Formats: sequence, C-alpha cells, structure tokens
Amino acid sequence: MSSNGIQHQLILDGEEVNFSAGETLYEIAERHRKEIPTLCYDPRLEPFGACRLCVVELEGARNPVASCTTKATAGMVVKTQSEPVEKYRKTLLEMVVSENREVEVDPLRGYASQELGKLTDRYQARTGRFKGAQSGQLHATDDNPFIFRDYDLCISCNRCVRVCAEQEGDHAIAAMGRGFHKQITTEFNGLLKDSSCTFCGQCVQTCPTGALADKKALRAAELPEPLQKTRSVCPYCGVGCSVDLLSKGEKLVGIHPAMDGPANEGALCVKGQFAFDFVQHTDRLSMPMVRGDDGELHETDWDTALDRAADGFAKTLKKHGRHSIYGIASGRTPSEANYTMQQFIRRGYGTHYIDNCSRA
Amino acid sequence: MSNPLSDMDKPDVIFCIGTNMTECHPVAATRIKKALKRGAKMIVADPRKIQLAEMADVYLPIRVGSDVALLLAMAHVIVRDDLHDHAFIEERTLDADQFLEHLSEFTPEWASTITEVPAADIEKAAKLYGAGDKGAIYYTLGITEHICGVDNVQSLCNLALLTGNLGREGTGINPMRGQNNIQGAGDVGAIPSNYPGFQKVDDPESKAKFEALYGREMDGERGITKVKALNLCGSEIFAMLIDGENTVVSDPDRKHCEHALSSLDHLVVIDIFLTETAQMADVVFPASAFAETDGVCTNTERRVQRLRQAVPPPGEAKPDWWIICQLAKRLGFEGFEYESAKDIFNELCSISPIYTGLDWDRIDKSEYQWPAPEEGHPGTPILHENEFTNGRGLFKLVRYRDPAETISEAFPVWLTTGRRLQAYHTRTQTGRSAGIDYLLSEESLEIHPEDVDAWGLQDREFCRLSSARGSVEVRVRATNRSPRGTVFTSFSFNDVPVNILTGSGYDPITDTAELKVCPVRVEALDKSESDAAG
Repeated sequence: MSSNGIQHQLILDGEEVNFSAGETLYEIAERHRKEIPTLCYDPRLEPFGACRLCVVELEGARNPVASCTTKATAGMVVKTQSEPVEKYRKTLLEMVVSENREVEVDPLRGYASQELGKLTDRYQARTGRFKGAQSGQLHATDDNPFIFRDYDLCISCNRCVRVCAEQEGDHAIAAMGRGFHKQITTEFNGLLKDSSCTFCGQCVQTCPTGALADKKALRAAELPEPLQKTRSVCPYCGVGCSVDLLSKGEKLVGIHPAMDGPANEGALCVKGQFAFDFVQHTDRLSMPMVRGDDGELHETDWDTALDRAADGFAKTLKKHGRHSIYGIASGRTPSEANYTMQQFIRRGYGTHYIDNCSRA
Repeated sequence: MSNPLSDMDKPDVIFCIGTNMTECHPVAATRIKKALKRGAKMIVADPRKIQLAEMADVYLPIRVGSDVALLLAMAHVIVRDDLHDHAFIEERTLDADQFLEHLSEFTPEWASTITEVPAADIEKAAKLYGAGDKGAIYYTLGITEHICGVDNVQSLCNLALLTGNLGREGTGINPMRGQNNIQGAGDVGAIPSNYPGFQKVDDPESKAKFEALYGREMDGERGITKVKALNLCGSEIFAMLIDGENTVVSDPDRKHCEHALSSLDHLVVIDIFLTETAQMADVVFPASAFAETDGVCTNTERRVQRLRQAVPPPGEAKPDWWIICQLAKRLGFEGFEYESAKDIFNELCSISPIYTGLDWDRIDKSEYQWPAPEEGHPGTPILHENEFTNGRGLFKLVRYRDPAETISEAFPVWLTTGRRLQAYHTRTQTGRSAGIDYLLSEESLEIHPEDVDAWGLQDREFCRLSSARGSVEVRVRATNRSPRGTVFTSFSFNDVPVNILTGSGYDPITDTAELKVCPVRVEALDKSESDAAG
C-alpha cells in the first residue's frame, strides 16, 4: 500500500499518527485499536460502504463519513468515538435489528455469525424502537446438505456476494431487488447446486448474522458441551490450509477456515470445509486385528497383534534375509509416522527398502 | 514449489500445464484467479478443456503425453526470437550452447504434428511466456505421471532457466503436491534414495553419519521403489509394512497389485479403515486420524506446520508413530524410545540439514518454509535466489518419446485419468462424509458428445471401457470438456476400478506410472448387460 514508503500524518482522536498513501481511515484506526464497529467489512474484500456503521467524524465534512471507503489524506482530523457518531451507530443498529427474526444465533452457524449479536449488545440496540419490515426470505426448498439459506436473517451487507466474486472468482450468488425487497440469490432464484457454487463455504463463514449457516455444524447445536477450537491443517491436498477444528466434548462437529492461515488466508474448498465425518465414522478401526486360522480377520488386543506382527517380520528376516522386507509410508500421515517408518526399515534392517505413495 | 503460494497472484505470465488446479488445489487456484483479475496473462496446456482452460489467454489442447514436444518448441521459439535471458544464462547456467543448438530442429511446425495443436498457438504461448518479466510455471501429476515424467519436468526447468524465471518473486517451477504431507514424507526420508533431509544414501559421508547414529552397517546403494518392490513380491520381497495407503485401489494395474500383496508371507497394514488393502493383511493396526493426532506436516510450498489433536481416537486406535515404535521394540530395534510426537520431530530436526533451524515450538505459528539450515534462520520462501543447489543450473537435452502404448485398431481411444473436486483419492474419507454424495455420487466417463454419437453410445447409460489389461463398466457423460478421441475418468470410486486398465508403462528414473495415458476401447453394452449394470 505504501508509495515509496513515504509516511504522512493525520490526527486520530487527538493523536498524530502516521499512514501510507492509499490507506483508508478504517485501516489506520484498526491499526491503532480503535474498535470501530462494522458489519459489511471483511478485511479480505474491497471496502463496500453499505452498512454505514464505521462512520467517523471528519473535521470539515458536513456529515460523518464511512471510514472503510475514505482514503486518508495528510492533515485530516478524525474522531472515531464522538457522541453523535455513537448515537448514529446505535440508531443504525436498531434499524438493522428490527428487520431480523433473531439476533443471537448459534456460533455453529459460521465463523463471523456472532458479529451482529455482539454489536447489538455493545450498543444496547435491541430497543424495539423501529417496527421494520423483514427483508430477505428463507430459501426453504434448497435441500443441499451444506449451506442453510436462512435469508430471514439477511441484512444485505453483500459479504457473501463479494467473497464469492472477489475471493473465489465463482460469481455464484448475487443481490436481486432493492430496499426491503432485496434478496441474495443465485441465477433464476434456484438451487445452489444448479449455480456455479462449489460449496467452498466462504459465504457461510463471512456472514455476520448467520443468515448463511453451516448445516453440518448445526447438527451439533443441541450438544451441551462448550464449543472448543483447535488449530490444525486440512487433511486433503498439499496446499496445507490452516483450519480450526470445532469440537464439543469428544465430538468433532465442524471446521472453520483459519483467517490467519498462511497458505489459505481464510479460504477452504468443499472437502476441507465439509468432508470431515470420516473421522468419527462407524467404519473406523478401533481394535487391532489378526488373521485367524479360518482365514478371516478378528479383533484382538495390542499385545497379541504386536507379537504376531513382530513374529512375521522376524521369521521373514530369518528365512529370506534383510532385503526381503519392505516399508510403504504415507503422504497422509504426519511426519513423525514417516520418520519412524523409515527408521524402522533403516535401523532395523540396514536397507533403504522404504518408499511412500508419491509415485501413484 | 520453488516459490510460495502467496506469490501466485504476482506473476505477469502464468503457465499451467498438467494441472487441474480449480478441482485438485482449489484454494491455490483462487490466487490465480486474482492474478488474472489484476491483469496477468495465462497459458494453459491440457488435453481437457478444464476450468483453467476457459480462463486462459492461450489454451493449448495438447494430445495426452505430448508435453515434451510442446515445451521443446516453445524453447525453440524463445531462442529464435531472442526472448531468452542472456545475462541469467551467462551467470547462472552451464552448457547453454549445446542446449541452444539442440533446440534448432524442434520447430512449432514439428511440434504441431505431435501435439495436434496449431503451430501458431505454440508460437503465441512461447512469445507470451518468453516476453513476461515474471513468468511462473505450475504443474501437477499431468506432468509427472508419464513414462517421460522426468523429461517433462526437465523441459519445464529448461524453459525457466532459458528465461531467467527462477529465484525471484512471482516466478519459478511450482509443482502442486497432492496430499497434505506428501512433501513431508520425502523430506523425512521415507524414500529409497535419501536419509532424512535429502541426505543421499549413496553418499559415503551420509552413510558414515547414519552408521554412527544407528550403530549398524548401512547399505551404500539406493533401495528399490515401491513399484519394483511390488513386482518382486513373492520372489524377493516377502514381508511388507504399509502405513496409510490403499495400494490396491490407488496404484496402477490393480490385478497386479492384488497378486503382489497376496504373494507375501507377511503383510501388516496400519490404517484408519479396513481398506481394500487392509483386508489382505495378516495384521491390521488401528491408527488415529486427522483431528486425533499431534504432529507435523509439510505443504507444497515447503511450509512446516503443526497438526493438533481435538478429539480422542476411537477405541484403542493409536498414533501411527506409536504403533511403529511398539513393533520396532518387540523386534529388539534400538532408538524407538519416544514419548511424544514432539520428541520425534525434534530428533528429526537435529539430523536433517533442511530442518536444523526448526523445532516443535518454533513452528507453532506455521512461519517457516524449509530450508532453515541453522538456528535463527528465517526459512526460505523462494528457492534458488542466488545459487542453485548444485551451483549452476543445467540444461537437459531432452527428446520427445511416444507414450508406452499408443492408440491402435484394437484400442483406438486415449484414456487419461485424474481427480474431481468433490472426491479425494479412493474416497476412504470423502466417501464417508455426509453430503458429498449429493454433489458426486458415482463415477462417469467424460466423452465428447460427437464421440458419444459416433461410437453408438447413449449419454447417462453404461459403457464398457477396456484396455490391454482388463475392462470396467462406467456411465457415459457427454461433455465438451473431453476433446474428440480422448476420454476421462477418475480412480476414486471402487465400483469403477479404473486402475484395472492403467499401468502401461513407468518412468525409467522415478518408476512413476503412466496413469495419464492409456489406450482403450469404448463400447456400448447390449441390453441385458446394461440392465444388469444399471
């Protein structure tokens, strides 16, 4: 963003601060931890200036300006928290809240789903001062298993439309109509699966009200345990997207993209976002197995299975020598598994009869 | 990758060859889409009209297996039109003269007869890549899964060396790796040629180092690859330990694989499911999975990242490393007294030159891309900035070769195989995740609509697909993604075991199978057969 690294100055809440050419007032304030409220803002997307919550007072301007779309210029005098601005924000929030069926939603709905609820609390905006008509209608017929299209909660911030276009390049969804008739939808108001949607889940995760929600995670809404997040890496391709695993007690309930993941910067694909049930599938092996005299595999205890496995390698070594034993490691197991596998072959037999699945 | 993922929106010219990135590496592809929006130009070479092809400025629908011819001709045009980087060649490469001379015979007209792409389009692509200041090459298995996979990669290296597109931001040779830790598997030495950290097993110094470490004599020559080992099952190989690989379904020539594993005296499999491969084992150990294990994995840009446990494994399932260590201890092997994944990773760092500057705690925030050769080293996002691993870059005198099998009267159609967005490998994971079937519930064979008619097939009905090794039945899907005369399917669905057909040949250096080229015959089923198939 900087042009030749030259720093300019403006006054932010009475303090002189530096900025680089091209920075917006919001970016500068954010850097100085000003906690300006936003609803249509996602730092990954082009500023949109729709929700007007990020307004700040700018000396010399007749009305407050949207800080997300206003580029800083040298000498500006900006106030982020004045009484008129805070009042303006509260009124705006009261109007937003008046349009929605509910404000407090289950955090399982999505990464950003708590934004409206938190701001409503912060500004004590649940006053019922306005009797707004509802804009946006639930898409009840879309039976896709991943994305709940609960547009009753839509506030027309366009984050979903913009993330699909700007981040994903898919342009699967768009806004139709104006005012209270505005509706986020796909071509011909159809199903997501008939659009160019790839079910990457990005629209779900950027939605600030839970209007677009993770249907799979919501399966766990009734579980009583607290929601835990654990940082890990997606188990699929080699891009290595960072994810936050969502769990309740011993149950894996969902996946969030990690916004600060260096490989993905908040992005995921349909596999990384939604294909996690294999982990706790009933087909999982839970006991060691050995082949019996009847030719079938039978469950047994670790001691028996380890002895049987070791015995087979010992016998093969005795009968056919150390070049008769081979190890195949995996591109899907952690490095510790692969390291111990190669050490098993090398240290155990002195050979390099070890490979992994990269040739097929 | 020579360059980081974050570089992908920085090139002036992007050259994608043999990569269906929007389906196989979708998150990386979003960066390419951003680069295009910013004004970058893109060349795509792929036999199929994949989504990347639709976005390309120059699309080269090359015949399967003809990559070397295309790349030689592109190099020819670059040199002919003096678009090569004289200073880079002078300062950073060796034996360029020989290579420049070698190129003279490989005209676009010559390449056109092999690739079936118009010479004018080859010229256009060459000039675009040659003229860009920052040109980046991205490839996947469409380059490596050929009998000439090494030649293909070397041809790409030749192009990058010729144009100085290495060692700078927004350039490079960038293979996109297919599995979340396939890079790590090689890094830590699970390959027949290297000890951990790419220390060559046939280098006397490495041999001495590991003999001292292990307290035993080590072989001084390379081991054999998995492909060779499978060929030798029952004659020289009699016992195998397989961890987390469904060899029977994922590898070429399924019948051969099944025969190989069933000729062993002893097969031990560690996995999370009773896969087709595990079903053949004498002993099966239950492993903990993603979300149940602490550990480390390395992505395609060499970034070393931590996996963390969120939930307990089922029943008595255990981490892979624990199982292997228990087995080693019962066999009396020394050096397996680890208590945690952390112990193991830290030992790996202490003996691996590319990880020396790392340890378990240091990689907590995923900040490092190897090599990090000493403590305090910041890691290496861009390789080859000042020097290549062996000093100077070497041009390779590559020549075009036909695939192992070419189309004939008996097998007149090219089959190429690959992956789809919604399915991962043999579907042991995606097939067991709710909802995925809504998007992709069965396999199909993608055929050009005119071929569907010409071959007497019906869209959505079953057909028989046969190669010299066997046949499978699969549903027809008419689509313009396939060119005339070439069909596509994936190997993900066990009920369409397409790897029964593949396995015509292997790269002589890497033993990688030619999964991308297999001559086949496509026939309609007669009425009673199609009723049974449906």
